[in-house]
Amino acid sequence: MTDYKNLKLIATSNPHIRSNETTRSIMLDVIIAMLPTLVWAIIWFGVKALTLTAVSVIGCMFWEWLYRKLMKKPQSVGDLSAVVTGMLLAFVCPVTTPYWMIIIGGFFSIVVVKQLFGGIGKNFVNPALAGRAFLLGSYAGVMTTWIDATQNKAPLMGSTADIITAATPLAYMKTGNMAGLTETYSVVDMFLGKTGGSLGEISAAMLILGGLYLIWRKVINWQTPVAYIATVAVLSFLFPKAGSGLDWMLYSVFGGGLMLGAFFMATDYATSPVTKKGQLIFGIGCGLFTVLIRYFGSYNEGVCYSIMVMNLCVALIDKYTKPTRFGVVKSDKKEAAAK
Amino acid sequence: MAQAFFGGVHPHDMKAATNEKAIEQLAPPAEVVIPMSMHFGAPCTPLVKAGDHVKVGQKIGEFRGLGAPIHASVSGTVKAVEPRPYSMGGNMTSVVIENDFQDELSEEVVAPADPDALTVDEMVEAVKNAGIVGMGGATFPTHVKISGGIGKVDTVIINGAECEPYITGDHRTMLERPEEIIGGCKYLAKMFGVDKVIIGVEDNKQNGIDAMNKVIAETNAPVVVEPLRCRYPQGGEKQLCQAITGKQVPPGGLPSNIGCAVFNINTTCAIYRAITKGMPVVNKIVTVSGSGVIEPKNIECPIGTPVSCLFDACGGLKDGTYKIIAGGPMMGMAQYTADVPVGKGTGAMLAFCEKEEQTVEHPQCIRCGKCVAACPVHLEPLFMYQYAEKGMVDELNEAHIMDCMECGACAYACPARMHLTQMFKTGKQLVKDKAAADKAAAEAKKAKEEKEAVNK
Repeated sequence: MTDYKNLKLIATSNPHIRSNETTRSIMLDVIIAMLPTLVWAIIWFGVKALTLTAVSVIGCMFWEWLYRKLMKKPQSVGDLSAVVTGMLLAFVCPVTTPYWMIIIGGFFSIVVVKQLFGGIGKNFVNPALAGRAFLLGSYAGVMTTWIDATQNKAPLMGSTADIITAATPLAYMKTGNMAGLTETYSVVDMFLGKTGGSLGEISAAMLILGGLYLIWRKVINWQTPVAYIATVAVLSFLFPKAGSGLDWMLYSVFGGGLMLGAFFMATDYATSPVTKKGQLIFGIGCGLFTVLIRYFGSYNEGVCYSIMVMNLCVALIDKYTKPTRFGVVKSDKKEAAAK
Repeated sequence: MAQAFFGGVHPHDMKAATNEKAIEQLAPPAEVVIPMSMHFGAPCTPLVKAGDHVKVGQKIGEFRGLGAPIHASVSGTVKAVEPRPYSMGGNMTSVVIENDFQDELSEEVVAPADPDALTVDEMVEAVKNAGIVGMGGATFPTHVKISGGIGKVDTVIINGAECEPYITGDHRTMLERPEEIIGGCKYLAKMFGVDKVIIGVEDNKQNGIDAMNKVIAETNAPVVVEPLRCRYPQGGEKQLCQAITGKQVPPGGLPSNIGCAVFNINTTCAIYRAITKGMPVVNKIVTVSGSGVIEPKNIECPIGTPVSCLFDACGGLKDGTYKIIAGGPMMGMAQYTADVPVGKGTGAMLAFCEKEEQTVEHPQCIRCGKCVAACPVHLEPLFMYQYAEKGMVDELNEAHIMDCMECGACAYACPARMHLTQMFKTGKQLVKDKAAADKAAAEAKKAKEEKEAVNK
């Protein structure tokens, strides 16, 4: 029979069971959701899409490991969040970005934006977007060179001086050249990703597939992406710069980094509101700033900066979207406010 | 089907281990240890001393203020009245009775001639004398709930949710003793003067629902069974009221504030036995389960049975058992010794030998918001954690930490494995300490001012 006197019991607080979901399993889901987009990028841009992503991932993991090591903090590479940041950073850069440059971008993303503020969950802007913004500010020429994948694939190594480039759909839209745009890219091309642009932003189809996977796995809520995309769709339908409202809307929604931003960037836990109501407001704000920057800003694309601006509003949104206290009905609340 | 409440989680119910096993009677233990506190309120005063002979059902502890009396669960000789470990943590004055195996019933237990002729006051008195408390684990004295609710309550709800994983005692009771449940409901309806009683049951107990519906149809009882969608913590009093009536209990309030009174399935059975037979609470149905138990079972045993006897009746514990929990895995209390006895609120005794908790070494919040979505009382656990960690008492109050009922849903859902519930226990204590300190300071100031006024 059992020796009850010599049991080695631990007495910890409830609950005594936990769900199977972990930070690591969530990050793994995000990685899985990004794979279709990566596959399409390899098909469309060439093997450089894969090697650039791999270098970016390894770079981000190295910086994370090194920082934690030097600062004598517990290692956190195992939570896979650095892998996600590395993939996203590569996704928002042109495929022709040199390897060394993306490693510098990774340093900014991981060390400056994430670790200096305390590591996972503590950063207040999206690390991958901040890394891109940093690279765009530092190497504007390289970061706005868009290869024409129908003419040539991205070279694996060496100079990109003599590659054939093409204007992205958003460049046409900036000048309101609808005729040139529809001639170069059909709406179907836009949806499938047969266009120019950053490595992981071109294929709306693949990004939506990944986004639906994340919603199905309950990793993200539908509120942020739906509010974001719907806001851009409505505003561009109502205020087309050129052509019909419907055409302008379709090109606006499928063009640029909107799908990548809506499903993978704006839903970043650390830098988005915690309540569903807050996420709706956040998504609408992102959509509004995206359209404003695309229409009136000096850049062609507004997704990156719109999300970063909204990242800074998260604390404010959280403050004003607290859940209604249990047991307090709305009329009570008004009465209390009236007093 | 009733719509669930806001939030909550859906853990694997783990009930398959015991939900088809009939309630077994435990072979009488050689000794029982009956703690003088098995209810919400002040401990009872022992009425017996070492050497006294006691019989089953004899009152051995009398309550003062809020509480319920305590009765001997076996006949025999009182061996000692001394502090012993009990399942609520720490030690409690307990009456230790050596069983004489005669099973003599006390003369104090008298069945009324005609239970159906009793007045409301007589029925409440019978409930009070029987020492009935909330058997689901909250252990609030039932007679107080009834007498305090009469006139205010228009919805009487029987809590058959049994939302905690592993526990199947209420489910088995529905299958094996439906007539006691329905009988208890009839008396509750009479006491509160309502024309129907609602039994809320999670839909993973369909055969339990059917068994009760059969008795309701046969006896034409004023009872309806309401199936509920499975969701933890459905069995929380406030959540059950919300699921059934759609109304929310105000902060710091009781179900009676919205016209509800909630009773557990086995509390209802106890009410039935008290009114029809004058029988006090001397037995308890306990689900013995978990990865550390060799043969999980549902066992009915005398109150005060040492839990080691329960485990022995289930084939003993597996090697490597590292945790014993009194209650369910979500809200139960981990025990530091197997010497604790079964109390009136002990619905389960679990033993774990596998790593059910899956803790990590350095938990780091990732702000995913899953705790906010899981909280059934609309709190934001991730922010409360930060405030509690930093000792920010004012912020804790603003975040309504005292609304937290420590159900554990947030910590269960947390992918980062933060120790949320544990931190909120600390945080609540901080708030209480601060309130006490503020009160003491205000009193001291007042006293000083008065003194100065006198001196002038």
